[in-house]
Amino acid sequence: MTHYFFYFLSFLAVLFAALVVRSKNPVHSVLYLVLTFFAIAGHYVLLNAQFLAAVHIIVYAGAIMVLFLYLLMMMNLNKDSEPRKPWQLQLAAVLASGLLLLVFSASVKQAEGLISTKPADNTIGLLDNLGKTLFNEFMLPFEVSSILFLIAMIGAVMLGKKEETSSKP
Amino acid sequence: MHQTLLAAPLSHYIFLSTLLFCIGVFGVLFRRNAIIIFMCIELMLNAVNLLLAAFSVHHGDSQGQVFVFFIMAVAAAEVAVGLAILSMIYRNTGSVNIETLSNLKH
Repeated sequence: MTHYFFYFLSFLAVLFAALVVRSKNPVHSVLYLVLTFFAIAGHYVLLNAQFLAAVHIIVYAGAIMVLFLYLLMMMNLNKDSEPRKPWQLQLAAVLASGLLLLVFSASVKQAEGLISTKPADNTIGLLDNLGKTLFNEFMLPFEVSSILFLIAMIGAVMLGKKEETSSKP
Repeated sequence: MHQTLLAAPLSHYIFLSTLLFCIGVFGVLFRRNAIIIFMCIELMLNAVNLLLAAFSVHHGDSQGQVFVFFIMAVAAAEVAVGLAILSMIYRNTGSVNIETLSNLKH
């Protein structure tokens, strides 16, 4: 039963990811990307990583995508204003990403026998297990990431402010 | 006791992540709108996140999922700074087309 869920969610994720690239209107792209993130959150639930799924929804669909939408609305970019690339560049993009896909899948296919999997343990994605790992072994990176957020916040505010002072004279 | 619940073998997750990653690469190469390029980078990060979570479950090691948290934290910080840069570019040049940002070429 969960087998079909996996293929259904994979199909949805790939379909919406392709629509993100393909759609002309940037707002539609953002909305398709939100749907892709929901499909990926479904994959996390299938992997029994419920906490990861919740955090994924909150951070990506709740925070990052809202930021994208806010920027698009603020700049009034919700119309198709993008000129088309010349066909040589389009062909080059198709060829490059297709070759990358070919090389990746061929190397993964070769390495398939080398991947060692233990008997899967579906309880590791639960909150108590994850919290123990996060606050025992990854305590220092966890604290450093708060400094990273502080720096990012200061940087975003500085970048947003800079234009006013330079345009005044 | 929970061992039969896994939906798919690990190789299927690897192929799915590879496909999503390549769609992201294709978007970065194909589009000119800087915001959509940014979204495709998010898509690539998510493909890697999915792969890390799948590996972590299939190896019975929760460190991979902790790594996913850190990647999410870095992605959130990156988006905040990147969108600030993009809004500044838009204010200075009046578009988010990356073809207009070719001053270093000449």
